[in-house]
Amino acid sequence: MTVQERPGAAYRPTPPPAWKPRTDPAPLLPDPEPYRVLGTDAAAGADPELLLRLYAELVRGRRYNAQATALTKQGRLAVYPSSTGQEACEVAAALALEQRDWLFPSYRDTLAAVARGLDPVQALTLLRGDWHTGYDPHEHRIAPLSTPLATQLPHAVGLAHAAHLKGDDVVALAMVGDGGTSEGDFHEALNFAAVWRAPVVFLVQNNGFAISVPLSKQTAAPSLAHKAVGYGMPGRLVDGNDAAAVHEVLGEAVARARRGGGPTLVEAITYRIDAHTNADDATRYRGDSEVEAWREHDPIRLLETELTGRGLLDEDAVRAAAEAAEAMAARLRERMNADPVLNPMDLFEHVYAEQTGQLREQAAQLRAELDAESGEGAHGAEGDAR
Amino acid sequence: MSTATARQAKPATMAQALQRAMRDAMAEDPAVHVMGEDVGTLGGVFRVTDGLAKEFGEDRCTDTPLAEAGILGTAVGMAMYGLRPVVEMQFDAFAYPAFEQLISHVSRMRNRTRGAMPLPITVRVPYGGGIGGVEHHSDSSEAYYMATPGLHVVTPATVEDAYGLLREAIASDDPVVFLEPKRLYWSKADWSPDAPAAVAPIGRAVVRRTGRSATLITYGPSVPVCMEAADAAEAEGWDLEVVDLRSLVPFDDETVCASVRRTGRAVVVHESTGFGGPGGEIAARVTERCFHHLEAPVLRVAGFDIPYPPPMLERHHLPGVDRVLDAVARLQWEAES
Ligand SMILES: Cc1ncc(C[n+]2csc(CCOP(=O)(O)OP(=O)(O)O)c2C)c(N)n1
Repeated sequence: MTVQERPGAAYRPTPPPAWKPRTDPAPLLPDPEPYRVLGTDAAAGADPELLLRLYAELVRGRRYNAQATALTKQGRLAVYPSSTGQEACEVAAALALEQRDWLFPSYRDTLAAVARGLDPVQALTLLRGDWHTGYDPHEHRIAPLSTPLATQLPHAVGLAHAAHLKGDDVVALAMVGDGGTSEGDFHEALNFAAVWRAPVVFLVQNNGFAISVPLSKQTAAPSLAHKAVGYGMPGRLVDGNDAAAVHEVLGEAVARARRGGGPTLVEAITYRIDAHTNADDATRYRGDSEVEAWREHDPIRLLETELTGRGLLDEDAVRAAAEAAEAMAARLRERMNADPVLNPMDLFEHVYAEQTGQLREQAAQLRAELDAESGEGAHGAEGDAR
Repeated sequence: MSTATARQAKPATMAQALQRAMRDAMAEDPAVHVMGEDVGTLGGVFRVTDGLAKEFGEDRCTDTPLAEAGILGTAVGMAMYGLRPVVEMQFDAFAYPAFEQLISHVSRMRNRTRGAMPLPITVRVPYGGGIGGVEHHSDSSEAYYMATPGLHVVTPATVEDAYGLLREAIASDDPVVFLEPKRLYWSKADWSPDAPAAVAPIGRAVVRRTGRSATLITYGPSVPVCMEAADAAEAEGWDLEVVDLRSLVPFDDETVCASVRRTGRAVVVHESTGFGGPGGEIAARVTERCFHHLEAPVLRVAGFDIPYPPPMLERHHLPGVDRVLDAVARLQWEAES
């Protein structure tokens, strides 16, 4: 089945002495079926406390997505790429990490950042448009949300590698979409990670589409997790709507990285219930029946069924979770409705450690324009061309 | 004060000075890491990183996989964690795969995080022609870098500057694109590695030769050409001043304009293409600031607007002494009008 098993000598020239056949790649290959916990025997072994925590986070996450989308309609957010339907991946990503670990999110992963403890308003700065990154990445160890696809993946590798060199047992978790796996940076990041045995975990959220393009037009690979084999790292397939399964698989990958076992590629099979962003018309590329089928496999419903079946969740607990989510949404709404206070002079503040002469001149020009606007007169435009 | 012998200036090449700069930076600061293709065992294809892996170990001077975006992209992550990566791009035209990282992340990480995440990365790029390289080994890509806010762009022309500017680049908290004129790698000067002379900081141009009749504004590989042209011009009664920019970003308007105001005439000389090239920006800046002092339009002597030519033809493309002198002759503007 694999290349190695074929009678090689018939079509291959005698390999040079340095060439050694690789051992069986089977340990690296993903299981053909995505790993599941909820609704299977494995669920009995799941920690009830963890399941309840995941449940509360999923409910809060769903509400957060809905609220953020609503804020786009009110013009409070320039755009919002919702992760409705993908909350299990987002939440598990955050919960799989220790405080000292780093998260490298893409533009869709604000929820992962929030679940990791980032202030929701700070997490939304990029999408609101008042600044690019609204937080100090070092504070929560969350890299800036990355918009150019897959470009954050090599950063995660570099950071994990640097931490490893310093002797810190820090793991980096990098998130990317299915479309992003076609980018060159995806390849380069995985290759570097494997060669350096960097403590990094790649989480692909395969939500079926890259804007409008389905996975079948993105890759001919048997699965995205299969790509791991070519780099020499294990690939894992997991049901991305099964929060317990994602948490377990990511937890194992993180632990493996932490103890020096190197990187893992995890592909979570999930679905984007909402359109790509609020600005997208999903009816142009997919039918309602497909979406409905995925709604049946909703991450919150899967967990609710499990917890209720085991008597861990009653109506009061469901209501408490919903109320907590509602309170979060109300607070977010209220804070987002306040106009951000912006200082245009900030434009020149953080281009270089020290402003260049060119920027000082331009800052003086803007200062003068602002002064004129505010009617104070434009006296003493200090940085006259000099 | 070390022994007199250790301080003695001996002929050193630019490549040696660059190597020494990295070695000293690595010895002083354990955060400095050198990485790139073939930089370890081989010491780089130009041997600029010679001996660093041996002295500091492969973790500090690392042969990476062959992937420029990956090299620069992982350097970003390393810098996020407090390291100071010094990245070697093997040749000018092979840095292009890394442009995405350079432009989308390296140049703007400080800005997009409001100063919370500066990236102290030095990107060393051997650039320019004149060494008989085949296709993709002779590009002058400085205009692309100059057009990207958030990057410093520097290029040494002397052995002293090679050492001094690289030390500064590595110490800088901002990303620096460090352009190494590869045809000057083997140029020599008397230099004391154990007591290197202090040089002007990044952002400062230097007057390499004073003169009264016109200013040659140049940098990197064209500096020696302009020095030679200035010597030759003396015979024709031209007393030329040569300004070596050293730093394209930030640009030293002050030194350049002070010179042009003194001489009243200026020629910008560089290898890269003229159209859309650095000379256009420089000429415009000078004209905007020195218009009333100018006796003639600011002229440009640049490479032709062609893809870099094959090695057997490059001498026709590269601006040499004669082309510089022709331009200087054209500065007698009044006579023509
Ligand atoms: C380098 C790059 N090319 C194109 C885009 C425009 N773009 C934004 S999202 C997107 C689709 C990404 O799909 P996927 O990786 O599956 O992630 P998802 O949006 O589904 O989470 C595209 C093409 C981009 N952001 N970056």
